Order: sequence, then C-alpha cells, then structure tokens
Amino acid sequence: MAIKKFAVACYDDEAVLFPAVKSVRHSGYKLHDVYTPFAVHGLDVAMGHKETDLHVAGFIYGITGTSTAVGFMSWIFTSDWPINYGGKPHWSLPAFIPITFELTVLFAAVGMVLTFCYLNQIMPGVKKHVFHPRQSDDYFVMAIELNDHTNEQEVLNFLKGTGAVETSVQTAESEWWYGRWDKKEAYELA
Amino acid sequence: MNERFEMPARLRNTSLALIAVGILVLIIGGVTLLGGDEYEKTRFWLVLLHNSVFFLLITAVSVFIQAAASLAQGGWIVAYKRVPEAIGANVWLFGLIAIAVLFGVAFGFKIDGHNPIYHWMTPHGDKVLEGKSAFLNPTMFAGFTIVTIALWAFFGRKFRALSIAQESAPKNSTKIYWAMVKWSGGFLLVYALTQMSTTPWMWLMSIDAHWYSTMFSWYTFASAFVSGMSVILLFVVYLKNQGKLEIVGKEHVHDLGKFMFAFSIFWTYVWFAQYMLIWYSNMPEETTYFKMRQHGPYSMIWYAVFIINFIMPILILMARPSKRNYFTVCFMAMVIIFGHWLDFYIITMPGPLKEHWHLSWYEMGIFAGFAGLLIFSVSKTLTKSSLVPHNNPLLKETIIHLS
Repeated sequence: MAIKKFAVACYDDEAVLFPAVKSVRHSGYKLHDVYTPFAVHGLDVAMGHKETDLHVAGFIYGITGTSTAVGFMSWIFTSDWPINYGGKPHWSLPAFIPITFELTVLFAAVGMVLTFCYLNQIMPGVKKHVFHPRQSDDYFVMAIELNDHTNEQEVLNFLKGTGAVETSVQTAESEWWYGRWDKKEAYELA
Repeated sequence: MNERFEMPARLRNTSLALIAVGILVLIIGGVTLLGGDEYEKTRFWLVLLHNSVFFLLITAVSVFIQAAASLAQGGWIVAYKRVPEAIGANVWLFGLIAIAVLFGVAFGFKIDGHNPIYHWMTPHGDKVLEGKSAFLNPTMFAGFTIVTIALWAFFGRKFRALSIAQESAPKNSTKIYWAMVKWSGGFLLVYALTQMSTTPWMWLMSIDAHWYSTMFSWYTFASAFVSGMSVILLFVVYLKNQGKLEIVGKEHVHDLGKFMFAFSIFWTYVWFAQYMLIWYSNMPEETTYFKMRQHGPYSMIWYAVFIINFIMPILILMARPSKRNYFTVCFMAMVIIFGHWLDFYIITMPGPLKEHWHLSWYEMGIFAGFAGLLIFSVSKTLTKSSLVPHNNPLLKETIIHLS
C-alpha cells in the first residue's frame, strides 16, 4: 500500500503508443504501467518485461498434484482402508493413473489461475485505481511514476511531445486494495 | 538464389549407401533366413512388413498434416510446407513397397498350408477366425490395401501439384487456395476411414487375429503422427543448416517441437487407455496380448518403449528453451522415430515369432534401407521446386509468425 504521484498520458492510436513507450523508457522515466482496451501484441517487449515464470509455477503445482494424488491413494489403499477390488493388489498403480492425471491438471490449472491473478493484481472484489475511464474503451493510457524531485510541467510537456491527446497528474494508490471504491477518495485527499 | 535446394554430394552418398545396406541385408536375409526354420522364414517376412507399414504410415501422415493445416487455415506451416509436400508426394513409393510386402505376406507365404503371420488367411476350422471372416478375408484385404494406398498416394501428389500451381497463379488469386481446402476436407474423410479406423486392423491388428482392441487404430495413428512430425522437423533443420529456408525461424521450430511434445503425451494417453481397460477387466482373451509383451520375452522392449516415447519427451521437451534449441529437438526427433519404430516392432513381432525374436543385423539393416530411401526420395523431390511457396496467400502471415 503506497500512495504515489503519477503523470498520466492518453493516446488514441497504437502506432503512437509504441514510440511513446520507447521514448519514455529511453529518457529514464519510471514507467508504472500501460492500460489498453485490448491485448496489444509486443507491448510487453516494448515495456521491457521479461518472459514470465508462470509456467515454472505451473510445473511446481502440477508436481504437487501428482504427489498428493499418488501419496493419498497409496495411504488409503494400503494402510488406512485396504479393500480387495477384483483380486487386484492393494497398491495397483494403473488404477491410480487417471486420478493422478486429473489431480495434476486440477492443481496446475487452479494454481496458475490464482498466481496469474496475483501477479496482475486482479481478483473478484479487489479494487485498483483507474487512471482514465476510457482506458477500457478506446484510449491507451500510460502512467509514469513521479517522485518529489520531478518537475511535473516538464514531464507533461514531454508526454505531449510524444503525441498524447490528454495528460494529467494524479495522486493515487499504486497497489490493489480490498474494499470499497469510496476509500479511494480518502487516498486522493491524503 | 537460396530458394532452390540442390542435393549435396554427402547427403546423396549417405542415403544411397543406406539404401545399398538395405538391399544387401535383404539379399543376405533372403538367402540365410528363407533357408532356415519356420521362425526364420517368418522373421524374414515380418521385418519387411513391420518396416514397410511403419514407413508408409509416417509418410502418409504428412498428407494428413497438410490437410489439417489447410482446413484450419494454419499459417505456421506455410514457411516449410514444401517439406511435408515432398514427403507426401513420395507416399506412392512407400505404398508400392508396402503393397508388394503385404501381398507377399498374405498370399505368397505359407508353411505347411498355413500362414504363420495372417492366421485368418487359413482358418482351418478355427471358430473365432471364421466368425471374423466377413472382414478378415483375402478379398477385403486386397481391396482395403489397394484402395487405401491408392488414395493416400493420389492425395499426396495432388496436394503438391496444387501448391506448385499456386506459384504461377495470378497474384492475390485464392482460387487454388480454396480448392486445396476442399480437397483437404475430402482427404480427412479418406484418412478417417482408413488410417484412423480400418486399415491398421487389416495390416497390424490382424497379426494377433484372436485379439482385438477398439483403441488400436488411434494408437497407431498417434505413433505415426508424432514420428511424421519428427521426420518433418529433421528435414527442416537440415535445410536450415544448409542455409536454405531463411523464412523459417525458431518460432516455427518451436511449433514443431510443441507437436512432438504434445503428441508424445497423446500417444501415451491412448497407449495407456488401451492397456488399462484390459488390465482392469482382466479377461483372458484380451490379456494374452499384454501377457506376451509385458511379462513375456518382450518385457525389456515393452518398458524401453514406454521410457523412450513418454518419459524422455516429457522431461526433455517440456521446457520452452529446449523446444527452441535445434540440437535438442533434432536429438529428440531421432529418439522419437526410433522409439515408435520399436513400438511397431512390439506390435508386429510377438504374435508369430513368440520368444524367437531378434533385434540385430537384419532388423537394423532393413530399417537403414527404408530410412535411406526416405531421405533420398524426399530430397530428390525437394530439389524440383522452389523451397519458398511464393504467391501463397498465407506467406506473409507465416514470416511474421510468433509461436
């Protein structure tokens, strides 16, 4: 939870946005995030994000699911409640495979969805500051983090120079929060 | 220009040497094995059957891959579509060999009035085989074999002809493109009624004529598909190393790697589904198939097949960087082709040969001969046209493709 000051620039064209993102990074400003109405291919590369490690997390969740299923079934069918099914051995691995597979998929899928939500700070009931209402309509909105030493006017002029159609300076909560929208106003007043 | 491929002397000599090894081994095998006892004679025919069917299926799958890609309007394959086309255009060659071998085995091979490989050819009062005679009889066998191979060979050549005709078509014309989509729909129907259902029953499952499995055709299709993808990948990387196929990049190789990975898992799924249902119900007439393979004299190959075709691909090909590394994917492609060849070995051999199996000079020599023929014929076809499918409507899409 941190309240920060942002310079916000809105663009109405993808083709203007890409050079703007590049020149912002090139000039050494701290890019907070870019909000777009749809997934823009290549924007992650332009913003300098590295390849996600989500799939490593997925592998770990999957292995957890596999060992949970095999371990749990082994315990049940050999020591907790051994039952003779059609003369098969108590510990009969082929019969465990489908359940192991399902649990692997379930753990990997649910774990990856939750991790994805955490990384992107999205979750039902969770709120985030909206820099511009049109960021889900037809504007590409870029937020730059400012500090106490930044000359605000200089940044806004720079952003206008990159082709922004609308600019503003906002003080807002930079992280997600759980609760009501009107709490946001308390942050803005602070 | 870098668009034309000329067969390097080294490739030609290597492939011709492999073919020579194959022919030499065939002659030596004909002299020694055919003069041997019942099992040696059976081994001579069975190894030919195993290899000719295996290579026919992995070449025919290239035709299926083109049909599926063009129906789905897939742009990713267009960058190297000359490779599956060239493999598909040579189906007729492997088809002719397979016809010769299959007819030789079915009609020309008898020991004491009894066919040791296709028992149903000579039921001699066997009630089970007589009950299946509506499907398993010489007329059906001949008909299915000829119709299947003729259709596969025709579509393989047709797809390549259409694709080459597109090069000289008027610019931005999509007439041939849509014609290709229509022919592809037709081929999928043919393929579904042959490879995916009936033909493997005829050629492979009827070796163990008392036994049957409804998963069998899918299982052989999965084997053929993953090996066919591996063959395409080896040709693509070879051409890339020769400085050709400049529009093919890591993204396209990554796609092929994904298919190899995914269909190795699919093969395991089908393989295990077939195994588990039989293991579970535990009916003697079904379990004999696995008794011989898993616990009998073949158990070493049985577990080797599982490790090569499942454990190795899942561990080695899972990570993204390994699918984008040319060495890793080529290594895995060769491992997968060998693994599925072994899988076909264990489909064909146990029924007729029992514990008298060998995996030595004759098996390896015939495999080398077929591999050499595949390399030589496909490379020869590749030299005949431009490697870049000019004027293809999806060419730009394939160049900027991101996997």
